[in-house]
Amino acid sequence: MSMLRVEGLNVWFGAGRDRVNAVTDASFEVAKGESFGLVGESGSGKSTILRAITGLAAQWDGRITVDDQPLTRKRIRTFYKTVQMVFQDPYASLHPRHSVDAVLGETLHLHGFGDIDQRVAKLLDDVGLDQRFRFRYPHQLSGGQRQRVAIARALAAEPRILLLDEPTSALDVSVQAEILNLLSDLRAEHDLTYVMVSHDLAVVGHMCARLAVMKDSRIVEVMDVAALRARRAEHPYSQELLRNSIGA
Amino acid sequence: MTLLDVENLWVRFPTRQGIFDAVRGVSFTLGRERLGIVGESGSGKSMTGRAILRLIRPPGIVEADHVMLEGRDLLRLSEKDMRGVRGQKISMVMQDPKFSLNPVMTVGEQLIEAYRLANRSGRGEAHKASVEALESVSIRDAERVMRAYPHEMSGGMGQRIMIAMMLIPGPQILIADEPTSALDVSVQRQVLSIVDDLVTSRGMGLIFISHDLNLVADFCDRVLIMYAGRVVEVCQADRLHDATHPYTRGLLNSLPRLDQPRPKLEVLKRDPAWSQAPSVSGRA
Repeated sequence: MSMLRVEGLNVWFGAGRDRVNAVTDASFEVAKGESFGLVGESGSGKSTILRAITGLAAQWDGRITVDDQPLTRKRIRTFYKTVQMVFQDPYASLHPRHSVDAVLGETLHLHGFGDIDQRVAKLLDDVGLDQRFRFRYPHQLSGGQRQRVAIARALAAEPRILLLDEPTSALDVSVQAEILNLLSDLRAEHDLTYVMVSHDLAVVGHMCARLAVMKDSRIVEVMDVAALRARRAEHPYSQELLRNSIGA
Repeated sequence: MTLLDVENLWVRFPTRQGIFDAVRGVSFTLGRERLGIVGESGSGKSMTGRAILRLIRPPGIVEADHVMLEGRDLLRLSEKDMRGVRGQKISMVMQDPKFSLNPVMTVGEQLIEAYRLANRSGRGEAHKASVEALESVSIRDAERVMRAYPHEMSGGMGQRIMIAMMLIPGPQILIADEPTSALDVSVQRQVLSIVDDLVTSRGMGLIFISHDLNLVADFCDRVLIMYAGRVVEVCQADRLHDATHPYTRGLLNSLPRLDQPRPKLEVLKRDPAWSQAPSVSGRA
């Protein structure tokens, strides 16, 4: 049973002769509770696919189906209850003048929850942040703590799909391990489906069961993690990517 | 042969809560080798590199028993003499070429300026040398790149241009502070092999600062591992995976690995004793 299905997705920027095709004819399917990775070099279109799913890319065509509901051009309210996104840079994705309480409280309010106070406390608990962080501002938090707040904000809507755009690439390796463990736990507890973008094959290999390799706006290969571990890539570009991942 | 000898280096910043020691008693020597400095953010690795070139601005304080280069103590040089060291004897490549290149000058003008500062020469000769410098970092259409502005270049190209510019005066030591962290893995490899060729063929010393353990293990000869401003362990780079200090082990174990799948990654447990123990000497 598929939770997310992308068929023949094209995303482009600009128009006429300035048109840039960021994603060309991308198709993949993610089962319920599965974790799916997108890898490739910068500019290959992997983040753009996530942005198109959430509605952050204006120009796209093709079919995107979430939980058997085809997406319309304008996202309906229930969509955001189903799909949430965590961005790469926790330094840029939190409002510098909003406390953790305000960030989470406002999100909960927008999603129409009533018992905001208890829910904020519960969210902090879920992402392993102590309650004393509740009234802090982003600059009073470390990178890892900020990313935990960003994850808590995404969880506020009680989504079923989390789109993770390089969630740990701005963090130190020891903090990366904590965040990846947290994401694994949350997926098990909340029965979440992940789509994760990363340039780090080892991170994708750790988190995901299947992955798509992208190059120049196209998906060149979809493989499962066993093939990745055995370094059995079919497309020459995926082979090169595997060779270049030092020590991974 | 020792190119650079650093003994008991401290970098201090006065704050409202008292003095913060960013680097605490670091000692090492650099020969004609590739020396890696690894650590997490805040470990003092970049501060060490900057302190050698005296690039720490007041109120930051740099102290050391000595930082010897060619028999001179860099910390005792005048600011004017120091300018003859920066770029000419010791060059530095920073993480992001976007912030290191002048956005309103063409690449060529910047290279020519760098060349003419180092050598008394006419524009023609400087132009020729700049094109050669670009070719030495595997840039094929050097003449076109000379006319281009930095924003027209990709990250990998920008970093190669930076390396070319840094090497024009023929320094003996190159300090590379996360030179490939902003680049894709495929480009990372190319840039590193260029640095490697240049450093080896010119017999330079390289200080390679990075947070990436695998990269350092692969690329350097010797590695200093820093934690909380101190060197906690020194080892041969090819033996990094046999490191013994619990911090180094913890860092290595927290990395996900393709060949060793596990349900959970190991989380680093920090021991306060690590930051208390005296710095290990990195003398060769």
